[in-house]
Amino acid sequence: MTDTPMLQVRNLQMHFPIGGGILDRLRIDARGLRMENPVVHAVNGVSFQIKHGEIMALVGESGCGKSTVAKSIARIYKPTAGKVLVEGEDIAEHDFAAMLPVRAKMQMIFQDPYASLNPRQRVRDIVAEPLLEQTKDAQDRKDVPARIEALLAKVGLNAEHAGRYPHQFSGGQRQRIGIARALSVTPGLIVADEPVSALDVSIQAQILNLMKDLRDEFGLAYLFISHDLSVVHHIADHVGVMYLGFMVENAPRDVLFSRPRHPYTRALLSAAPSIKAKRDVAEIELKGEVPSALDLPSGCCFRTRCPFAWERCAAERPVLQEVGEGQTVACHLIDAPERDIA
Amino acid sequence: MQDGVENPLLAVRNLRTYFHTFSGTVRAVNDVSFEIGEGEVMGLVGESGGGKSVVGFSILGLIDSPGKIEGGEILLGGRDLVTAGEDHLRKVRGREISMIFQDPMTSLNPLHTVGRQMDEVLRLHSDLDASARHKACIEMLESVGISHAAERLKAYPHQFSGGMRQRVVIAIALLAGPRLIIADEPTTALDVTIQSQILKLMRRQIASKGASMILITHDLAVVSEMADHITVLYCGNVVERGRTRDLIETPAHPYTRGLIDSIPDTTERLDRLSQIPGSVPDIRNLPAGCNFRDRCPRAQALCAEKEPVLTPQHGSLMAACHFPLKPGDRA
Repeated sequence: MTDTPMLQVRNLQMHFPIGGGILDRLRIDARGLRMENPVVHAVNGVSFQIKHGEIMALVGESGCGKSTVAKSIARIYKPTAGKVLVEGEDIAEHDFAAMLPVRAKMQMIFQDPYASLNPRQRVRDIVAEPLLEQTKDAQDRKDVPARIEALLAKVGLNAEHAGRYPHQFSGGQRQRIGIARALSVTPGLIVADEPVSALDVSIQAQILNLMKDLRDEFGLAYLFISHDLSVVHHIADHVGVMYLGFMVENAPRDVLFSRPRHPYTRALLSAAPSIKAKRDVAEIELKGEVPSALDLPSGCCFRTRCPFAWERCAAERPVLQEVGEGQTVACHLIDAPERDIA
Repeated sequence: MQDGVENPLLAVRNLRTYFHTFSGTVRAVNDVSFEIGEGEVMGLVGESGGGKSVVGFSILGLIDSPGKIEGGEILLGGRDLVTAGEDHLRKVRGREISMIFQDPMTSLNPLHTVGRQMDEVLRLHSDLDASARHKACIEMLESVGISHAAERLKAYPHQFSGGMRQRVVIAIALLAGPRLIIADEPTTALDVTIQSQILKLMRRQIASKGASMILITHDLAVVSEMADHITVLYCGNVVERGRTRDLIETPAHPYTRGLIDSIPDTTERLDRLSQIPGSVPDIRNLPAGCNFRDRCPRAQALCAEKEPVLTPQHGSLMAACHFPLKPGDRA
């Protein structure tokens, strides 16, 4: 283990221009000037890091940009701005060829186990593909079949499954195939985008346990994207909460769940239904819905739904500040605790 | 029923709904019985393929070929909906029983304004004139928390967000003052902060109208906060039912126990979640005896020979298990 973190993300931004059709290009405003195309501000300057063997989770509601962060890091998207350092190497500007060696260090698991496996490939070919891509030496390639068999055993499938096609498997088994594929190149980091949200709860538990076992065995780091706080609480070491493309709070798991500071985190925790007795975090009920990422509110992104918002929140965008025990919060309430009367 | 629902609003008895496909008969609902009293909320839970949605569709007579209700009774106010004709069912739908679906985008017509879709319910199920209907629609939209209701009536479904659309669907479901609402995964497509808004709204509306509800969901946490009673389905059979607290705190059926234990919770941290091994069997080819035995930690030889039937357990619980759990047992 080295001192360089497995992954560092610095001020990552991802904007998607929309429109661009011929009618959009003809749009002019009242003064006869060409209007700018609208831009979706999906991710607006997110920074965090993941140490070797650490599980970092990003939580938030739909549209908060958590999946976009994952896809920008995995370089499915090219970030608009910012740095993505994998073991110290900035990959934000890498082209396809330059990404190839990086993909041996970083792999991805996807949400939908039905869409992420090629229906025309056999399981053994699906799992072998990343490995063959990384193994050009003919001698080394001879070892691939044995490795595939070992990998399938590791994720709870057997050798007889290797010759089958994806449609012959259940959702949980397909997710195991996806995990085996990601593990095939022995990466140090796995980016998992909602890996259990499509699964039934009993199967979800199986996959979460498997992911934890693999982390312990291989010292894997995960970037774990989820909307489900109880899943995140179960698996993560560190949790980042996102809202409208901003990181609003970032803390070690136990700190975040026992002393959430940002009003949005507190609202999320109190809104999550629980089968056990209600947790004793003061309940904050949110009114209204998330504003459009096309037209971000001035100042704090959360102020339109925040029960505490005052003038400063509209005037000035809060930045993440350290409040102790590794917890960082982007909220003006930190400077004005007297306003926090929930 | 276990704690004697007197004069149940709806009684489902030995319902069997099968789908006759080329690859075999799917017994999606296989002998399901339950009752719902006035003003009661019943949760119908289970994993995918448990048959919970098919129960909802069967009650409303919405089963199409190759599906068929093969047997049983669905008694609403003493009249059997299984044998009732389409004319009668059409009067029941919307007025007596209405349904809220999971995906509000597919249950609203994208080509008609929200106002027209709301008006349709009242046109079919009430004697009100046009201006009275318009007024009733505005009042209903406001009561589900949509402001500027008069203008929003002129909007199309795509102009609403997901949470707002689900509010519209709820408004439509409540318009004709039904006595029973069947809500099939009403909040599954919604974010957690919106989900809590919608659940609160549904609870308030049902209490104020004195209606009953069947809440169909895979989410035990949601159901434990909403329902008075819970019925657990597995492979088309009722495996357990009873009062919510009894069932959540001291379930008798190992499947219910397994479901509850596999939910991670923010109040405690376990190194490993307990998991139910294996997966749901192929419903076209169910094993003899108990359907759950291949995944059950308590299964013995008897479970392969004899299918368990619902029998009274501790508290208010009924469970279909040869070796049920007692309070204090570990699974």
